[in-house]
Amino acid sequence: MTETTQGPRERPLSPHLMGWRPHATMVGSILHRITGSALYGGALILAGWALSLAAGPDAYQAFMELLGSPLGKLVMFGLTLSLFYHLAKGVQHLFWDSGKGFQLAIANMATIACFAFAVAATLAVWAIAWMTGAL
Amino acid sequence: MENYRTPLRRARGHGSAKHGVGHWIAERVTSVALVPLVLWAVFGVITLAATDYYGAVAWISQPLNAVLMVLLTAVSFLHMHAGMRVIVEDYIHTTLSKSALLLLNLFVCALMGSLAVFSILKVALGGA
Repeated sequence: MTETTQGPRERPLSPHLMGWRPHATMVGSILHRITGSALYGGALILAGWALSLAAGPDAYQAFMELLGSPLGKLVMFGLTLSLFYHLAKGVQHLFWDSGKGFQLAIANMATIACFAFAVAATLAVWAIAWMTGAL
Repeated sequence: MENYRTPLRRARGHGSAKHGVGHWIAERVTSVALVPLVLWAVFGVITLAATDYYGAVAWISQPLNAVLMVLLTAVSFLHMHAGMRVIVEDYIHTTLSKSALLLLNLFVCALMGSLAVFSILKVALGGA
């Protein structure tokens, strides 16, 4: 009957930003949350796009000019980067959820592959956008 | 001596609400659905950036584009609600601020998601 002397057991906490030696999977995990939060803003921009479209030609043009401004382009570039990173890292997380890919070498390599994919896909999409006259 | 534990003893510090797994699975299911949806959306954005209001109305009036946009919006807002909820629950431990942020997250997602879906349907169905 040792349990009668125990208080409530400490609940497990998520790893926090502090107290970790920097390494690939740690940076990758933090970036997953940061990019996810950025995409929260991206979805609100998507909602703004739909609202402006429903509001008519003038509102839509004003909204698209805002997105096409230098600051708007910078935000869209950051969102593209966030999207592709969060996408790749999300797929890695699905593998992790199924219990696969936890070996240190594979986890590190896959995380670095996520970084590389995000950069490559972003540059490719912006190159295509530039070539098709979307910029 | 498992049998001597009262239900309260079990609940304190051990209690599971028995529905967390549903949230967890919902976040994964929406993430799988979002993979093809966002890849389609990237090229949708490129198409839309190169055209004007009338081009955008014509684009969204096509049934496939309208349906995929509605799905993209609905699934995105469900997924981001689940994701932001986890972030708040992980980092905010004061009951009042946690509750306030969780409510804000829910209301923002529900309001903006609904506005977006309604706007897409309004234009797609020719009401613009």
